[in-house]
Amino acid sequence: MNRLSSPAALERARKRILSRRDPDKPCITVCSGTGCHSYGCDKVSAAFVDELAKNDLQGKVDVRRTGCHGFCERGPVVVIVPEEICYLRVKPEDVPEIVSTTLVGKRLVDRLLYVDSNGQKIAHEGDIPFYKRQMRIVLASNRLIDPKSIDDYIALGGYSALAKSLFKMSPEQVLEEVKRANLRGRGGGGFPAGVKWESTRNAPAATKYVIVNADEGDPGAFMDRSLLEGNPHSVLEGLIIGAYAIGSHEGYVYVRQEYPLAVENLSIALSQAREYGLLGEDILGSGFDFDVIVHRGAGAFVSGESSALMTAIEGAVGEPRPKYIHTAVSGIRGQPSNLNNVETWANVPLIINRGSGWFTSIGTAGSKGTKIFALVGKVNNTGLVEVPMGMSLREIIYDIGGGIRQGKKFKAVQTGGPSGGCIPESLLDLPVDFDELTRVGSMMGSGGMIVMDEDNCMVDIARYFTNFLGDESCGKCVSCRMGIGQMIKILDRICQGKGQKGDVELLEELGEVVRDVSLCALGKTAPNPVLSTIKYFRDEYKAHIEQKRCPAGVCKALISYYIQPDKCQGCMICLRSCPVEAITGGKGLVHIVDQKKCTKCGTCLEVCPPRFAAVTRLSGEPIPAAPSLGTKVLRPKGKQQ
Amino acid sequence: MEIKRRKRSRPKPISTPASDNVGIHPSQVHHKEETNKQLVRKLDGTQEIVDKYGSDKTALIQILLEIQRENRWLPRDALLYVSEKLDVPLSQVYRIATFYTAFSLIPQGRHRVCVCMGTACHVRGSPRLLDLVINALNLSPGETSPDRKFTLSTVNCLGCCALGPVLQVDSEYHGNPSAEDVKKIVAGCD
Repeated sequence: MNRLSSPAALERARKRILSRRDPDKPCITVCSGTGCHSYGCDKVSAAFVDELAKNDLQGKVDVRRTGCHGFCERGPVVVIVPEEICYLRVKPEDVPEIVSTTLVGKRLVDRLLYVDSNGQKIAHEGDIPFYKRQMRIVLASNRLIDPKSIDDYIALGGYSALAKSLFKMSPEQVLEEVKRANLRGRGGGGFPAGVKWESTRNAPAATKYVIVNADEGDPGAFMDRSLLEGNPHSVLEGLIIGAYAIGSHEGYVYVRQEYPLAVENLSIALSQAREYGLLGEDILGSGFDFDVIVHRGAGAFVSGESSALMTAIEGAVGEPRPKYIHTAVSGIRGQPSNLNNVETWANVPLIINRGSGWFTSIGTAGSKGTKIFALVGKVNNTGLVEVPMGMSLREIIYDIGGGIRQGKKFKAVQTGGPSGGCIPESLLDLPVDFDELTRVGSMMGSGGMIVMDEDNCMVDIARYFTNFLGDESCGKCVSCRMGIGQMIKILDRICQGKGQKGDVELLEELGEVVRDVSLCALGKTAPNPVLSTIKYFRDEYKAHIEQKRCPAGVCKALISYYIQPDKCQGCMICLRSCPVEAITGGKGLVHIVDQKKCTKCGTCLEVCPPRFAAVTRLSGEPIPAAPSLGTKVLRPKGKQQ
Repeated sequence: MEIKRRKRSRPKPISTPASDNVGIHPSQVHHKEETNKQLVRKLDGTQEIVDKYGSDKTALIQILLEIQRENRWLPRDALLYVSEKLDVPLSQVYRIATFYTAFSLIPQGRHRVCVCMGTACHVRGSPRLLDLVINALNLSPGETSPDRKFTLSTVNCLGCCALGPVLQVDSEYHGNPSAEDVKKIVAGCD
């Protein structure tokens, strides 16, 4: 491919790519996102290639490994276009049947289709409730394109927004459009991107930088990863447009080294874009120069903070610094540096192409557009969901997420990553946008949404997040280093049943100090998990402290396992499974848990056959005296041996 | 009276090359004159990596990442070489090598066993899975077995939350394995 030297050349290239493609030619798309990858989608796509060869279909049917489709729960996802027949949980063994039945015989393989709650089978991807209720704009192309192919992206109209910006709009107009769209930062802060761009643009300096923050450190969040792995060109296009508006000629993409596929796909995208003349000198013949360097992060949560990230790019330890002067004015090497999150950049080409009017028609008064969430935890349909701002939590969790696993009771949803808060059932109808989430003591964060059910202990969850933040704190501010440390100590004490009266109040007081005194967002938001769980689940804290009881049965020090003598059938299953040999008894004899040896792993409860249900978990009540060794089991009537 | 200068004794090099720099304290890091073949080979790789980045100071983290990937740890001599070549004080190189979790100053095992401790895995019971793995390997997180077969570590999120709790062994993912599964997976590593 020659360098594209004008918008007309880009358009010609697009037509040429399309003319080589037959829209009616069947194509098997295999989701190759991280979720499906871990289910073994590689083997599935390899099996398709083999099977097509066996049936003399190679050349007549394409196999495409696409970006993440989002429905990770049912991976690997296979969609056959143009009919959009969607098969879920496809294994390599299923491939011959799919090829012979669907591709050759034009019939459906019923057993691989989605079955809805009424037992109805759904053949088309778009009709599955998980997708139906979503509004996929940013993620729309993920399932259609091979991330390693720039042609796929150009075929769908890719880089047309860049051509429009460079040739039909001045940098000021681009900036104005993004400002009018009120695009707020998707990384968590929600700061208007246009305003940030403007301060970098107006800052007096010869060199300016634009940066993509792909240091997605939040556990349980993988939106940025899916975008960068699945559609790297959309992020790159947004970045180039931003650079043009700001007047920058140098950009960075900061990616976690834990995301090797994202680094790989992005590097391929960059070299392809350079080859096509969409990156580098004289982009599309416009005279505008811009290039990008990929910087891999080495694993530090705090380095996702803007000033820390910029320090890391300089090659030093990624620690935050005071931001009396914003990084937009003084960032990398003291030069104005504009940093936005992956999803924010990916929104830019859409705004340029479809206009700010279209963008502002989606969402709520303060938050426009859509937001991608990673819906995970105890929910039926784990996956990536993109919804318009303002959709209620209930709709996201129940209509899209399919409700709670195993029919359990919903307890809370945690949004905003480790620094977010837990939202209780009473607030399920809350419309999700930046301001509403902040109002109830949580935050949007980068978009993790972790659903918890009745089996999750909120004190344990608070301890988990606080521990995480304590580990990841860089230690620069005393309030964060010591404050979080003390909070962990208190939470540990409560979980171990040694909680004292006044601990909850002390946690609140400490939390306020950490929040008010720390330098960066990590410290400022670190108390959120504790404060929000105290606010909404104070009873659980009280139960731990006053009754020495863990209502959810999670905190090991507060629970014990007991085998009910009247129910035990002496089947030896738990006795054999116990990893520490804490269960004694024998065939036909009542089994007894030695409480001193028991490590409370819960294996016995898990393996006890449900028809006996002899093992119980006790908390906050005395353990009944065990029967003497060698007691024979009580057989139900009629089964007496 | 003439004070005789005592010859400074130097600890004898440990015979197994792999255990070269185990648990070394920064104050003990100083130049070694010996040249065993292994060391030369290692430095060769390091030289190439440093040259690739044109001895650019700002590429320090990237260089260390590549050395780590090449060797599965950061050998002392590599750090010294990088420090000299890039003209960055060794203390600063050391600070970076200890700040980021991707780096290790001790050799890692051949098989990387990793338990995801992300939030989604946590709510689905990753602490229990970690207990199972600790029992199966007889290692604590961060430890390497004496035969350098396994290194057990925890990670904050692998991004495959639908499988949770997740056990990663090298590049294979295992979703919600039982105690039996864990034993089989560990036994299956050569």
